[in-house]
Amino acid sequence: MDDLLREFVTETNESLDVVDVELVRFEQDPNNGQILNNIFRLVHTIKGTCGFLGLPRLEALAHAAETLMGKFRDGMPVTGEAVTLVLTTIDRIKGILESLEREQREPDGHDADLIAELKHAAEHTDAPVATAQPTIGTLVHQVLERPLLPGEESLDDLERAFRATPVDPVITKPAKPAPAEAAEEDNNKAVNQSIRVNVDALEKLMTMVSELVLTRNQLLEIVRRHEESEFKAPLQRLSNVTAELQEGVMKTRMQPIGNAWQKFPRIVRDLAADLGKQIDLEMLGAETELDRQVLDLIKDPLTHMVRNSADHGLETTEERRALGKPERGRIRLSAYHEGGYIIIQISDDGRGLDTARIKAKAISRGLVSESEAEKLTESQIHKFIFVPGFSTAAAVTSISGRGVGMDVVRNNIDQIGGTIDVKSVAGEGASFVLKIPLTLAIVAALIVEAGGDRFAIPQLSVVELVRARGGSNHRVERIKDTTVLRLRDKLLPLARLTTLLGIEPAPGTKDDDGFIVVLQVGSQALGVVVDAVFHTEEIVVKPMSSKLRHIAMFSGNTILGDGSVIMIVDPNGVARALGSTVTSQMDAADSAIKPATSDEPMTSLLVFRAGSPQLKAVPLALVTRLEEIDARKIELSDGRHMVQYRSQLMPLVRMNDEVRVKGEGAQPLLVFSDGVRSMALVVDEIVDIVEERLEIQVASERGGVLGSAIIKGQATEIVDVGHFLPLAFEDWFRRKEQPARATSRSVLLVDDSPFFRNMLAPVLQAAGYQVTAVGSGAEALALIKNGRGFDVAITDVDMPEMDGYQFAEALHADPRTGELPVIALSSVISSEAIERGRRAGFYDYVAKFDRQGLIAALKEQTDIGRAA
Amino acid sequence: MTEKVKESEFITAIVGNQLFGLPIQRVQDVFAPDRVTRVPLAAPEIAGILNLRGRIVTLIDLRCKLGLGARAGEVTPMAIGVEAQGESYGLLIDAIGEVLKLDESIREPVPLNLDPKLAGVADGIYRLDGRLLVVLDVDRVLDIGARAIAA
Repeated sequence: MDDLLREFVTETNESLDVVDVELVRFEQDPNNGQILNNIFRLVHTIKGTCGFLGLPRLEALAHAAETLMGKFRDGMPVTGEAVTLVLTTIDRIKGILESLEREQREPDGHDADLIAELKHAAEHTDAPVATAQPTIGTLVHQVLERPLLPGEESLDDLERAFRATPVDPVITKPAKPAPAEAAEEDNNKAVNQSIRVNVDALEKLMTMVSELVLTRNQLLEIVRRHEESEFKAPLQRLSNVTAELQEGVMKTRMQPIGNAWQKFPRIVRDLAADLGKQIDLEMLGAETELDRQVLDLIKDPLTHMVRNSADHGLETTEERRALGKPERGRIRLSAYHEGGYIIIQISDDGRGLDTARIKAKAISRGLVSESEAEKLTESQIHKFIFVPGFSTAAAVTSISGRGVGMDVVRNNIDQIGGTIDVKSVAGEGASFVLKIPLTLAIVAALIVEAGGDRFAIPQLSVVELVRARGGSNHRVERIKDTTVLRLRDKLLPLARLTTLLGIEPAPGTKDDDGFIVVLQVGSQALGVVVDAVFHTEEIVVKPMSSKLRHIAMFSGNTILGDGSVIMIVDPNGVARALGSTVTSQMDAADSAIKPATSDEPMTSLLVFRAGSPQLKAVPLALVTRLEEIDARKIELSDGRHMVQYRSQLMPLVRMNDEVRVKGEGAQPLLVFSDGVRSMALVVDEIVDIVEERLEIQVASERGGVLGSAIIKGQATEIVDVGHFLPLAFEDWFRRKEQPARATSRSVLLVDDSPFFRNMLAPVLQAAGYQVTAVGSGAEALALIKNGRGFDVAITDVDMPEMDGYQFAEALHADPRTGELPVIALSSVISSEAIERGRRAGFYDYVAKFDRQGLIAALKEQTDIGRAA
Repeated sequence: MTEKVKESEFITAIVGNQLFGLPIQRVQDVFAPDRVTRVPLAAPEIAGILNLRGRIVTLIDLRCKLGLGARAGEVTPMAIGVEAQGESYGLLIDAIGEVLKLDESIREPVPLNLDPKLAGVADGIYRLDGRLLVVLDVDRVLDIGARAIAA
C-alpha cells in the first residue's frame, strides 16, 4: 500500500478513537469548549487530509460532521440525537477506512443519507447560527492567525490540493479555519516527543535482543569454566549493557492500558442509550503500562466485562430510583502495577451477581450437589461463573444475571498466565479483579528435570517446592488411582511430569520420591513431581513451531545458557490434563476443610519466631514498635527481665519458657504500649511483614495463642497479645490511674470474627472500658432487650445475616437505644461507605486495627454522652 | 547444452537407500544435528528441536515421514535446513549426496503405484544412470500440523 495512505489510515483511526471518547465526554459536559475544540480540530484535520489524498467520500462526511460541530461551538444546544448522529458518521468513516486499507481505494457508494441528516441537524436550530457559512466555489485568501500545529496542513496547501483534486465541486468547500483558541489548549501539551515506529521493527529488535541475551548467557557460561580469563571484565560490561538494552527494548513494547480502554466510553454510552440506563464510566490508572502483546490479548476480555457490567450489572434508571440508589450507575476501571503484574479492576455499583441463580445452575449442571451447595459461601458460588462451559449459548437467556461468558474470559486470562477473581455484594455491585503478567516475552523460570530431559516451568505459577519422601511431613497419598499430596491442611492433586508428557521415567525413579513443584493455576493448586530441580533462570520465551503448537502441555521453548533448547511447561495445560474430575474432588475436599477466604479483609501481620522454629504472627497494628536493644542493657529485677526504655522500666515478657533472653548482641523486641506503659515481647527473630487474609483455622487451647492460620503458605501461630499484657503489669486491664469516669463507661462490641473480638477487647479494656463482646447483631439486640445498657456500641460493618448498617438502624429504631452512639469498624473505608454509614446512623467510622483512632473515637463519643 | 534447456539444481540425499532430491533454492544449509531435544507428545515424525545458531529448528525425520523404517543405530544422520513461513526446519537424512543439475524436460511424473506416503510428497522422478531420484516437495514434506492437531 502507498506509504502515505497507510500512514493516513493509521493516523485517522487513532484520531477517530480519540473523537469517540471526546464526544462522549462532550455530551456529558456540553459547556466544555476545550473538548469541543479538540474534537473539532481532529475532524478538521481528517477532512483536510482526505481532501489532500483525494478521498471525496471521507472528506464529504468529515465536512458535514464538522459543520454540525461548528454549530455546537456557535452555541447550538447539544442533544443526544445530534451526538449520536456524529458518532454514526464516525462509524461510517471507520467503515470506509477499513475497506480503504484493504482495497487501497474508497468503496463505492454514497453517504447522501447521513450528510442530509447532518445538514438537517445543523440547520434546524433555534440557537444563533454563525454567519460565516463556507462559500461554495469562491476562493478566499485565508490567513491562519497562529503557527501550524503538528499534523496540520497549511490552508494554502489544502486549498491547492482541493483545486488539484478532481472531485465533485459541491464538496470542495474551503476548510473552515480552526479557531485560534484551539491552539491555546494544545500549547499546554508538551511538544510531541515521540516518533511512530512500525511494530514489526520493534518485534525484530526484541528478537535480536533475545538472541543477544542468549549469546551473552553462553559466553558467561564459557568464562565461568575458566578461572582466570581476560574476558571476564569486558564480558561483565557486555552483560550489563545487554541487560540494559533488553530492558530498554522491553520498554518500547510497553503501552498504556488506556489504549485498550479507549473504546469503552463509546461502548458504554451506546449501551446506556440502548438500555435506558445512565452510566458513568470512571477510568483510573489508564497510564499504567504493559507489554503490547499482553495488551492485545486482554482487550477483548476487558471489553466483554465492561459490556457485562453495563448490560447485566447495572439496573435501569427507574430501578435504581426505586432502590434509593443514585440514578446514574457507575462502572469503574482501574489499573496499577504490583510486582511483575498489572492489576485491573472492573467494578460497578449495580445489583451484583445473582447468587441464587448461579447456585441453581451449578446444581442443574451437576457441578455441585444440592447439599454441598448449601454449605458453600456466596463467594464460592460466584466462582462457578468461571467454570468452563458454565454459560453456554443456550443458557445465556436462562441465566440473565451477570457472569455471562465469564468462563470464556477466564480461559483467555488463564492462557496468558493471569488470574481473575470476583467479589459481589447483592444490591451493591460486583467487582472483577484481574492479575496479568506485564510481559510474556522474558520470564523467570524454574529449570527441572524429568525422565532425563530438562524443562522450564514459569516461576510466576510456582508457589513452592516440596521434597516428598516416605515418612516426611508431606506425604503422597492415594485416593483410588489418584495421587494426592497432603500439604499442611490441603490436598493437592499430584502428577508426575513424565506421566503427563508421556515419556519414560528415568531408570531407578521411585514412585514416592521426587521433588514436588506446587503450582497455582487460577484458584487451583496442584503438584507436579519432577526428578530434580536445578535453578531459576530468566528465559526468553520463543513460540513453539507451528507443528508443535497444538501440544497443550507446552507454552513455548527457550534456549538455555548452555545452548540447548528446552520446552516451557504450560501450567494451564498441566491443570487441564490433571482433569476436571480430580479438580472438583479436590475443590470439594478443600472447601470441606476450610471456609471461603476471599471476602476476608487483608491484614498486615508481623511474622516472627520465638522459642521454636514454628512461625508466629501478630497483627502489625497491635504492635507499637519493633525494637532491637543491646542485650547487655537487659537487667534482671525481682526475677523479671527489664530494660530501661525511654526513661522508664519496661518489662520483657517471654512467650514461653523456650524463649531465651539473649546475653549479648542485639535482642529483637515487639513493644506494645498504650501511651503510658510499655511492655515488650522477647522474640528470637523478626521474619517478615505480610499482607494476608487472616483466618484462624485451628483454634488453640493454649494460653497466649489464639490459633493457627496459614500465612504465605506456612502454618503460623497467631499470638494473643491480650494474654501477655497482664503478665507485664498484672493490673494492665484494671489500672488505678485510669480516670474514674472511663471505668464506668461500658462498650458493646459486635464482631462476627472471634479473632477481632479477642484482639479488640483487651485493647479497649486497656483503655479503661468495660467491654461486652458478642458475635452478631442479633445477640447484641437480645442483650439490650434484656435490659443491658451501654454507653457506646462498636460494630463491625461486614457481618453475615445482619450487617453493621442494619444493626445500627435497628438500634436507632428502638427508643431505648435511639441515642446510643455507634462506631463502625471497617476494613474498607471509602467515601461511599462513610456516607452510607452516616445515613444508617453511625457516629464515627474507624478502620479495623486503627487502635488509636478507635480509642479517640470512643473517648469523643463517651465524652459527648457525658456532657449530654 | 542449448539455451532452451531449462535446468534445475537439486541437492541429493539418501534416506533408507533411496535417492531424493530437493530443489536447491529451498535449501538453507546442511548440518549435523547436535544436542537434539526431544519433544514429548509431538507427532512421531518430529525428531526433536535444536538450537542452530540461535534459531530453534524443528527436526523432521524423513525416514518416519516417508515410511522407510527406523534408522540403524550406527548411522549418524545429517540434516538439510529448510525454511517455511518464517520457521526453520531440519530434514533428517541418512547421508548427503552431490548437487545435480538436471534438465526439467526429462523429469517424469510420479508413478501411480508409488507408496502413498512417498507419492504424497514426491514432485516427480528423474531416471539417472542406474538410479531413480525422487524429487521432494518441501512444503508437502512439512505438512504435518493438520494431522497432528486432529489426532
